[in-house]
Amino acid sequence: MATLNQWAFIGMFIAVAWLLPVAPLVISWIFRPRRANAIKLQTYECGVETVGDTWVQFKVQYYIYGLIFLVFDIEVVFLFPWALAFNQLSLFGLAAGLLFVFFLSDALLYAWRKNALEWA
Amino acid sequence: METCINIISTFASCMVQSGTQPGLALFLQFLVGVILVASFPLVLVIILIWGERKIAARVQDRLGPNRVGPWGLFQNIADALKLITKEDITPAGADRVIFNAAPIIAMLAVILMWAVIPFSPVNVGVDLDLGVLYIIAVGSVGTLAIMMAGWASNNKYALLGAFRVTAQLVSYEVPMVMALLVPVLLASSMSLQQISYAQLGMWFIVVAPVAAFIFYVANLAETGRAPFDLIEAESELVAGYNIEYSGMKFGLFMATEFLHAFTANLLFTVLFLGSWSGPWATEVPFLGFVWLMLKTFVVYIPSLVLRATVPRVRIDQMMAFNWKFLVPLSILNLVVMATLVKVCQVAGIAPDAASASDFAANLPQAIILLLGNVAMVLVTLQVLRNAGRRERLKMEALMADTDRDALPAPAAHS
Repeated sequence: MATLNQWAFIGMFIAVAWLLPVAPLVISWIFRPRRANAIKLQTYECGVETVGDTWVQFKVQYYIYGLIFLVFDIEVVFLFPWALAFNQLSLFGLAAGLLFVFFLSDALLYAWRKNALEWA
Repeated sequence: METCINIISTFASCMVQSGTQPGLALFLQFLVGVILVASFPLVLVIILIWGERKIAARVQDRLGPNRVGPWGLFQNIADALKLITKEDITPAGADRVIFNAAPIIAMLAVILMWAVIPFSPVNVGVDLDLGVLYIIAVGSVGTLAIMMAGWASNNKYALLGAFRVTAQLVSYEVPMVMALLVPVLLASSMSLQQISYAQLGMWFIVVAPVAAFIFYVANLAETGRAPFDLIEAESELVAGYNIEYSGMKFGLFMATEFLHAFTANLLFTVLFLGSWSGPWATEVPFLGFVWLMLKTFVVYIPSLVLRATVPRVRIDQMMAFNWKFLVPLSILNLVVMATLVKVCQVAGIAPDAASASDFAANLPQAIILLLGNVAMVLVTLQVLRNAGRRERLKMEALMADTDRDALPAPAAHS
């Protein structure tokens, strides 16, 4: 029950918190001038009209970093319960956790040796 | 039945005593708590921006805002009024829904973090069991909002800013989360309030300075502050992801940035600097709040001076610093800390639950962990020195072999 109440508080917090950034937007919507024209609505560029499509394919390195991040972030989530129960763990539990971390760093080393961490 | 001692923490029991239904009383208590906790950061941000401008001005030998109100204190209120009356432009090419939702979500993500911050021994929005995980989860929503803004603007500068956000914020999340494991491990809890109580005997910055360092640096990058402010990079990307925003939407992004920086330092204080602990904090809860804010400003102000002092790093340097230094260091840190804590427990010198708030009972373990950290720093410095020497020798050999034109071209950065 207590846990449920905690999440009820978070739920109410979300319900109220999004009103806080919306309120100034609404006030601004009431007071602001509306004199848009085609030139004003153009995409900002450094003095010339923008050339070509913006939503294009991008550098693959961003994608590789994303993949490495995914490996780490998911595995770290598995480490949180381990850290939480650390006081009750036996030495075997410690060794098991360290083995897990070893494989994690092994993956990092692999990515490093494969030059996946180079910004090129 | 609790009695009406503290009006905020026992609000519901007071109302039940005076004849309100328990469910309604709980709802009203939550509502009051929510409104108090959620609106506090908005009030705070006005002072934060003023303080930041004043300090940045002092570093650059200027006066800063000093016209509106005493010491320019009302400058930001005047700025907010100006932004409210400014025309708000959504570019014709933009994705309207995402474009308009982005500033709201960015602000929301930061305010949501405040729900679990322990302000004092008794006053906390909600003492969530999963506090640390909640903070990480909500923090990532902020990243998402910046990506939304950059992508939906349909502008090349904004898109480049969004790309950098993806790379930078996602990368620095790894060492940050690894460093967060250490307080969780030491306190055996993910609740921020429990972590605060666990530091009554000994602050975690004494026990785990390396984890604190990693967390601080990763936080600087997560909030996009100098020297890691590649997201905005005024001189290259004009303004980065918020280039197409005007009026109050731009104002929300600015407020979010300042508030996020402060919230990150607040988290640092809660996790490593003993949270609200201080003289008489447990007797007088309000004093705990004062200690928390004082400690936060002690770490916040250096980050402002840092921002005004250091130049921006290049993106390849930034990524290398994260993946080749911070991430390996955070893994090493976790291994060393876990092993040493276990050794202390097996040897029987770790403080048990009863003596956790006693300084003397914490001392033996703290000394061992501190020595472990010092050893870790020395080893890291030696490894860095060797790596630097190897790099320099390689470059010198290259210089001797060929003329300067044959040097590898500097890495392209986008």
